[in-house]
Amino acid sequence: MSEHYDVAIIGAGMSGLTAGIRAAHFGKKTIILEQHNAPGGLNSFYAKDGRKYDVGLHAMTNFVSPKERRAVFNKILRQLRINRADLDLIEQKSSRIAFPGTNLRFSNDEALLESEVEAAFPGQIDGFKRLSETIRDYPDSDLELPYRSTREWIKQFISDPFLEEMIFCPLMYYGSAVEDDMDVGQFVIMFRSIFHEGFSRPVEGIRLLIRVVLQRYRELGGIRKMKTGVKRLVAEGGRISRIILENGDEITADSVLSCAGYPETYGLVGDGVAPDESEFAGQLAFSETIAVYEDLPETWGWGDDTIVFFNNADRFEYRNPSDPVDLRSGVICLPSNFEFGDRPLKEGLVRVTCLANHDTWCGYSEEDYRAAKDEWFDRIQKSILPMMPEVTRDYSGGLVATDMFTPRTVKKFTRRARGAIYGSPKKIKDGRTEWDNLFLCGTDQGYLGIVGSMLSGVVVANQYVLKG
Amino acid sequence: MTKDECKQVVLDIIAEIAPDEDLSDVKGDVALREQLDLDSMDFLDIVMELRKQHSIEVPEADYVQLASLDSCAEYLTPKFNALV
Repeated sequence: MSEHYDVAIIGAGMSGLTAGIRAAHFGKKTIILEQHNAPGGLNSFYAKDGRKYDVGLHAMTNFVSPKERRAVFNKILRQLRINRADLDLIEQKSSRIAFPGTNLRFSNDEALLESEVEAAFPGQIDGFKRLSETIRDYPDSDLELPYRSTREWIKQFISDPFLEEMIFCPLMYYGSAVEDDMDVGQFVIMFRSIFHEGFSRPVEGIRLLIRVVLQRYRELGGIRKMKTGVKRLVAEGGRISRIILENGDEITADSVLSCAGYPETYGLVGDGVAPDESEFAGQLAFSETIAVYEDLPETWGWGDDTIVFFNNADRFEYRNPSDPVDLRSGVICLPSNFEFGDRPLKEGLVRVTCLANHDTWCGYSEEDYRAAKDEWFDRIQKSILPMMPEVTRDYSGGLVATDMFTPRTVKKFTRRARGAIYGSPKKIKDGRTEWDNLFLCGTDQGYLGIVGSMLSGVVVANQYVLKG
Repeated sequence: MTKDECKQVVLDIIAEIAPDEDLSDVKGDVALREQLDLDSMDFLDIVMELRKQHSIEVPEADYVQLASLDSCAEYLTPKFNALV
């Protein structure tokens, strides 16, 4: 006899956990099924040689003062009944978009970016201000519209292609599943999240956020099964009638929320298409290097950069690269450069994220894979030297530990098709599938990033579990 | 249950949903949305908490009845009294 639940959620990432909290809070018998042994999904953590590392989290977007009650982040916490103080958030110092010959700094005070644009692109400032105000007033209902190209839309505000690329760079890196373009709705959300609101992190990193969310789910009586992958969703009569687990067990549920992704979920129902081969599989995969230094980067003179979005190419390209790693652009994160105050990190970390080619990294033999990681780790470290302040450029001593993840790592731990962390370029904004009780939640429902995933879980649970 | 008791039940729920909201001076005849930062997500929560805590069902078509404290009392008090 298989156990029956009101709600079964596939994946213990941020969206699955928040959907689970909403369902469990209102008395639904809820189970979360996670194939991995750690929660968090695309935002997780691990320890290696006694050091703790974060995966995914550079920064949380959408930072606002607790007083701004209408702001997305505060709304989500209210919906989850989570006390914001428990997250122990600290703000970024400042971040930078670094292109050849031009830097634009921005911080959690949106006036900084505006003054930087005015100084570097005086002819564009009026258009930039109009863009910013249009985005502020953008109607929520229009966010749900079908895909529209931002490349076309933005021309009514910004006529200098160089500035256009600089604006796109951080917004694409932090939330576009589409090559070289973005959906207007997604662009609006990312612009608000990053430029109007801003960056923060829990002092302790992603662990703390996951711990708080998980604790909340547990105290509400939610059930969670780790190392319990879903093998197949059985569809009968237009519904998912049974969930067959990889361990051979079976469960049933009134509603199934899948955070596995769009092609991945359809793959579980068994449409005969391998998710990696699906026309809806994401094309954008990334590598990340993590270098741990004895001292904090500020002591080598790096300054206040928290995140640096860089591009060295004549034209910024955000697409699947032909090389294993595209060294021409990327994101540098200095986790120690948040406002830690009197609680500084003990060691300096430099994380560098670049676009990487999934097929190449997944095609290597074990031996070649290790060699390629070593080679590209070094090349990536060298590639960021021009982005560092002059005084730090010959810095190389004090390296105490390194690690690197590639699309192969992402694929292994998240099962995301083609290791694409932002999922499919096709977002299913209403979360519906062709099966009446199966809904998509998380990255492929359309909201990206940590805060976006949390919102997705809340919205999908409200719509299809609580109202339904 | 009296209408005043009913209003207090609603205020208690709002205090739970929005702990940082000042509820000391909420006017009965003015829409809650105009006095407090409540959006449709919060209203859904009021409905859900009524069901969870008090077994009161509010169908979606009746959500408008929850616009102000007075209209909440008008609409919900008979429902509370029908429970006993």
